[in-house]
Amino acid sequence: MSGHSTYQPQGAFMKWLERRLPIAGLMHSSFVAYPTPRNLNYWWTFGGILSFMLGVQIITGVVLAMHYTAHADMAFNSVETIMRDVNYGWLLRYLHSNGASMFFVAVYIHMFRGMYYGSYKEPREVLWILGVILYLLMMATGFLGYTLPWGQMSYWGATVITNFFSAFPLIGDPLVMLLWGGYAVGNPTLNRFYSLHYLLPFVIAGVVVLHIWALHVVGQNNPTGVDPKSAKDTVAFTPYATVKDSFLMAVFCIVFAWFVFYVPNYLGHADNYIPANPAVTPQHIVPEWYYLPFYAILRAIPNKLLGVCALFGSILILAFLPWLDTSRVRSGRYRPLFKQFFWLFVVCCLGLGWLGAKPPEGVYVIAARILTIYYFAYFIVVLPLLGIFEKTRPVPNSIAEAVLVGDVPLGASAPPLRHG
Amino acid sequence: MTTVSSAEHTRRDFLYIATAAVGAVGAAASLVPLVSQMNPDASTIAAGAPIDVDLGPVADGQILKVFWRSKPIFIFHRTKKDIDEARAVQVGRLPDPETDQKRVKDGHDQWLVLIGICTHLGCIPIAHQGEYDGFFCPCHGSQYDTSGRIRKGPAPKNLALPPYEFVSDSKIRIG
Amino acid sequence: MTMPTRTLRLFAFAGVFTLAGLPALAQEHDGPQPPRLKWSFAGPFGKYDPGQLQRGFKIYKEVCANCHSLNLLSFRNLADPGGPDFSVAQADSLASDYKVKDGPNDAGEMFERPGRLADRFPAPFANDQAARAANGGALPPDMSVLAKARTYERGFPWFVFDIFTQYQEQGPDYIAAVLRGYAEKPKAMTMAPGMNYNMYYPGHAIGMPPPLSDNQVTFDDGAPANLEQYSKDVSAFLMWAAEPHLTARKRLGLQVMVFLIVLAGLLYFTKKKVWADVKAHPEKLEDNA
Repeated sequence: MSGHSTYQPQGAFMKWLERRLPIAGLMHSSFVAYPTPRNLNYWWTFGGILSFMLGVQIITGVVLAMHYTAHADMAFNSVETIMRDVNYGWLLRYLHSNGASMFFVAVYIHMFRGMYYGSYKEPREVLWILGVILYLLMMATGFLGYTLPWGQMSYWGATVITNFFSAFPLIGDPLVMLLWGGYAVGNPTLNRFYSLHYLLPFVIAGVVVLHIWALHVVGQNNPTGVDPKSAKDTVAFTPYATVKDSFLMAVFCIVFAWFVFYVPNYLGHADNYIPANPAVTPQHIVPEWYYLPFYAILRAIPNKLLGVCALFGSILILAFLPWLDTSRVRSGRYRPLFKQFFWLFVVCCLGLGWLGAKPPEGVYVIAARILTIYYFAYFIVVLPLLGIFEKTRPVPNSIAEAVLVGDVPLGASAPPLRHG
Repeated sequence: MTTVSSAEHTRRDFLYIATAAVGAVGAAASLVPLVSQMNPDASTIAAGAPIDVDLGPVADGQILKVFWRSKPIFIFHRTKKDIDEARAVQVGRLPDPETDQKRVKDGHDQWLVLIGICTHLGCIPIAHQGEYDGFFCPCHGSQYDTSGRIRKGPAPKNLALPPYEFVSDSKIRIG
Repeated sequence: MTMPTRTLRLFAFAGVFTLAGLPALAQEHDGPQPPRLKWSFAGPFGKYDPGQLQRGFKIYKEVCANCHSLNLLSFRNLADPGGPDFSVAQADSLASDYKVKDGPNDAGEMFERPGRLADRFPAPFANDQAARAANGGALPPDMSVLAKARTYERGFPWFVFDIFTQYQEQGPDYIAAVLRGYAEKPKAMTMAPGMNYNMYYPGHAIGMPPPLSDNQVTFDDGAPANLEQYSKDVSAFLMWAAEPHLTARKRLGLQVMVFLIVLAGLLYFTKKKVWADVKAHPEKLEDNA
């Protein structure tokens, strides 16, 4: 999508700078003049929202770090000091904890959008894989951050997750002790988790730059899945996409503010307000909600090592999506059978999430096994076969044509298009 | 861009300006907690409340050191010799002119209460040292007299006085 | 399967948040649910009732403080805005009634002195082991964040509705229920000696004997001196102890929500205006004009 830049530096200083470090020109061609498909719907605003949330988390995190003490004897009380004594400490803490949840809400919507519209397909495979890497980094960052308040769930969640690695034969136990820095989760663990929790968001920021770069090389996908063919198919990023992103960002912030100011502890767990006690395990150890589907998959498999493999596999399989989906049609809009399996997959993920919070007994385990099978079958069986056997609807010839005919509502059958 | 009537143009501009203004207000407001959290928190302020110091145990010529708001406070029980030396000085020739009387409370000339931080670059001066029988700062050689006034060296001002008052003849409240 | 975009988005949001409410349900419950009480601090306009907090503090001081510490609170908090509303002088005088450990002095010994505003509430026991020894092996938990550390399972679909009704008072409801929930042990149940039967405590056997009963604490403001009143007031006090800035939080929340709704509205109309030309004349779109 690169032509020669249309940017003209204004004023003597900008001309001087542009010749030496053309950053203004880069910003202009990437975020002002950048041609964006004109038919993007609101599902496309979540990339911008994610960048915003990363900024919020980093800023609130850095500011919280000015008051937090990463020592097993002092961590819990330092968080309470933030809540009680630091000016606006309660606000910063709730922004950061609920911000993490909002970050994951946005990323799941962003990912499901990609899966529905085939945004992972050629030539966006690397973009998609960078996204999977970002997701993994987010999960690691969230896990590390949750241990920092050193409540009961922090401590025992850390114990359970680090114990995953003991499943690996031979190297398992030494590996776990390496992670712990001791014979159990303790102060050395907390300190290194704090260090890594501070580091990873900046790694995320770096990979985000790669992600946006990869995006700008191939251009955005759009609801039709048809690449832009002429200037009639696109509009300038600013003001068209900018204002749309800003609007939904404000709506997103309303939801964010609802949690922060009115139900700030809803998404958390009461047990994390009990200081960590290595001698007492909570009745039900539950991770934060954004890990629940994978927790359900882990517990559905009766074998320890296979359960851990299934857990990691369920995330890593996403990276293979571009090759597992064999369909020539990109967007789910024109794939009626795919749509049904897709929504079933969404329901499956929600179901697994619900089961992840239930005790692993009786009917819950059976249900989790069934849903786990569907989860993997979606990638390994359904998508490859659908591509071969599905009868797809006719795809519009161009974005402009799709828009002119009338914005096709999701799922409705497209009126017959003229050929040629 | 198609041409628009000037009325519509103004209406559109107003909307854009209003949106930008509201957005700017929001951005500025969100800076407030981020900056405010760096100010001393409630427990620090509470710990900096006034303290009472009992002067009874401080003998003639002795200097008691306490901390208030994390600053060292020198409570100097001056001898008659110290007071006379301080008052014999020609005030006009001091680097930071100030009479000794101004630096003590009425009727309590023998008690000198100072913040023990050198006004040069913040080190703690050593008591009963230097050419003036007062304080000597080892960092860069500033010398203070028995009234805590700078006499020689790079410090620009006399040793500062904390806020304090006598709640009784043998007890002061600092802060 | 056809659905308009807006409904789909609602579905997605609702689904994700339904998922998000789940960790709170981890415990199974096999007894009655604590009844939902009316609290002055519930809801978007909630705030603490200073009179209630003062009564609750009196109950804590006269009854609970014998076994339960309040380690994270200082005497000065009693005079903070949005709380029990004692004056600074009252809080200071209250503090000086307590004996606080300080030291070491110049002789190297620890000594006791009257409390000051900046001091924390002293704990009834020197350490956990002493607390256990005095309480038949059970450790009375510190109460600083107790109201946020306790909850009960709501079940589906209530936990979804709770997001919208802003139900965050599970802690005080649970604590009040436990305080009122002591009863005769059912004949079929076996219980270890020294334990007490409670309808709402998980497992129904609690180490703490019933701490409150009618006429135990007298109130200056004429409030009824019965268990029902005590349980409400002390639970409200504990909620304040756990979340002292609740009133300020909800007040700022109202301002932020109004601001964001105004901003979102302005951005919506701005978006409509910006896109008007493109939407009205889609066929005329040329060079990204």
